[in-house]
Amino acid sequence: MAAPHLAVTSERDLRLDLFRGVALWLIFLDHIPENVVNWFTIRNYGFSDATEIFIFISGYTAAFVYGGAMRERGFLLSSARILRRAWQIYVAHIFLFTIFMAEIAYVAATFDNPLYAEEMKILDFLKQPDITIFQALLLKFKPVNMDVLPLYIVLLLLFPPTLFMLLRQPNLALAGSAVVYAFAWKLDWNLPAYPNGVWFFNPFAWQLLFVFGAWCALGGAQRLGRVLRSRIVLAVAVAYLLFAFAITLTWHFESLDRFVPVWLKDWMYPIDKTNLDVLRFAHFLALAAVTVRFLPADWPGLKSAILQPAIRCGQHSLEIFCLGVFLAFAGQFVIAEFSGGPLLQTAISVLGIIIMIATANLLSWYKSIEGRSPQSRVKPADADLAGGEA
Amino acid sequence: MRPIIAVLATIALMHGAAAAESEPTPDCDVPEWLIVAQNDLPRVNAEIKDRHRLDISVVGSRSSALSGPEGARFSYPAQLEQALRDRLPGNEIKVTAHISSGLTTADMAAGLAKILADDKPALVIWQAGTVDALRGVEPEEFRTSLDQGLDAIASAGADAILMNMQFSPRTESMLGISAFADVMRWVTEQRGIVLFDRLGIMHYWSDAGIFDLYSATNGYAMARHVHECIGRALAAQIINAGHPDAEKVQTTH
Repeated sequence: MAAPHLAVTSERDLRLDLFRGVALWLIFLDHIPENVVNWFTIRNYGFSDATEIFIFISGYTAAFVYGGAMRERGFLLSSARILRRAWQIYVAHIFLFTIFMAEIAYVAATFDNPLYAEEMKILDFLKQPDITIFQALLLKFKPVNMDVLPLYIVLLLLFPPTLFMLLRQPNLALAGSAVVYAFAWKLDWNLPAYPNGVWFFNPFAWQLLFVFGAWCALGGAQRLGRVLRSRIVLAVAVAYLLFAFAITLTWHFESLDRFVPVWLKDWMYPIDKTNLDVLRFAHFLALAAVTVRFLPADWPGLKSAILQPAIRCGQHSLEIFCLGVFLAFAGQFVIAEFSGGPLLQTAISVLGIIIMIATANLLSWYKSIEGRSPQSRVKPADADLAGGEA
Repeated sequence: MRPIIAVLATIALMHGAAAAESEPTPDCDVPEWLIVAQNDLPRVNAEIKDRHRLDISVVGSRSSALSGPEGARFSYPAQLEQALRDRLPGNEIKVTAHISSGLTTADMAAGLAKILADDKPALVIWQAGTVDALRGVEPEEFRTSLDQGLDAIASAGADAILMNMQFSPRTESMLGISAFADVMRWVTEQRGIVLFDRLGIMHYWSDAGIFDLYSATNGYAMARHVHECIGRALAAQIINAGHPDAEKVQTTH
């Protein structure tokens, strides 16, 4: 019953792993606030950043992995697997939260600088651990930089019905997703946070990127092929990327700011990350269009040794993401303890990425020895593990 | 036993204060681009020209104050008053501080009417953002409160300077302030008022090695010096933006 063009290619697109791996490195770097290496991450050169890449590719791989499962084994079984994945991510999030609490508790015990009497109040939540931990379990209390996994959990919880629709009426499903996005903007839909406010990544807005990724995986990319090959699209995309680059330059060099006309600022600002501003979404689309055009899926370089570290990291995205968040905590802690300058910051950035690569290799090794065991052969081709996770 | 300890502690405290007093403030000049006058302060200019006086109200939360019995004397509002007196001799300068711990921007906006009526200031320096970040106020709500307060200041005929957060590297990963800093930059740009970029300036001091802001426990002396330097930088920005007559300006460095 599924239309033939929905058939997903059986071979995994290594470009996805490559860019997800790179996105994980960038997220790690961006999560260390005082870091000279941050100057190299893409958020300084355009509107969108590594989060967009991560969420889009996660949607793509989720559809790639669970789409096949839903077609072959039905709605119930594939949904169960999606929910199990959401549970794994939840456990990972709570694990990270525990580490974060340990760090905060240490800081609270040692930090006593009269200049920062006000800022130190952020540690007050330790005085109410009962409420704080409960709110964290409800995903309402989320420390800074721990917002991506809760978003991912919500996106996966909503994924079974979304995928069901995507397999039958892909364009309609994508349109529905866009409608939800528009309503989130118009009616201020978001989930509540603790102690107040809303989620930093609004799931009702960011789902658009995830569903768009899934739509591309289920044949949308092929349908877009003609559009992507058009010279006009390429020209528009490049022009927009240059425009975004010029605007971001004015953020870093205040003297350039006067060249931006007031009407443009009024129209453009603020560029809202919480609700996935249209300018950010468009920037990601432009980046993707240019990338797909100049980097075909069968590009032999994807098999080259030099890109394998990033690809490996991308193939174990959940573990490497969590490790990256932890390493960013730890790295920042070391930088603060030693009042670290650019040299230490660079050393920590490089060391962090090396640890991420080593861990990804270790995980691949585990997978390979488990893959050889007779039991796992009998298991239904576990898409979670075959060729990377959703 | 107890009185002895108290006496000893007092001596130690006095000694500390004396040491802080005698230590020279580090050279903390701020580069021009951080205190460039993006916009004018017409009322400040007129007051100094016509009446040779300047009344300033500082409205803010805990990070505008220092603790201790001498906190008010050492914190940046008093330091600003001193710096302006040094740089604008012949003018009567009065800085009144309204600092309350734990007030959000919405709270402060609600209290502005009374302050404007009591002080009749020519300039309001409004320090905001930290408590809102602590309480997780939505940036959009924060912006509305700023707009309300700035409307009140404008309708009272006063100039306004918005001051953003402190650079606090130790709490940077726990306290998300960037969204609030962005809102403040945007609001000042849209309304054509002056932003005092405390965040950027303290970041510069940290990068330039002038202050070790990473230190977990740093005595009172550094906090005092930072406030003194903020007061001086603020005076420089007021003078840059207010354009008081050039011959009256005595550069300190």
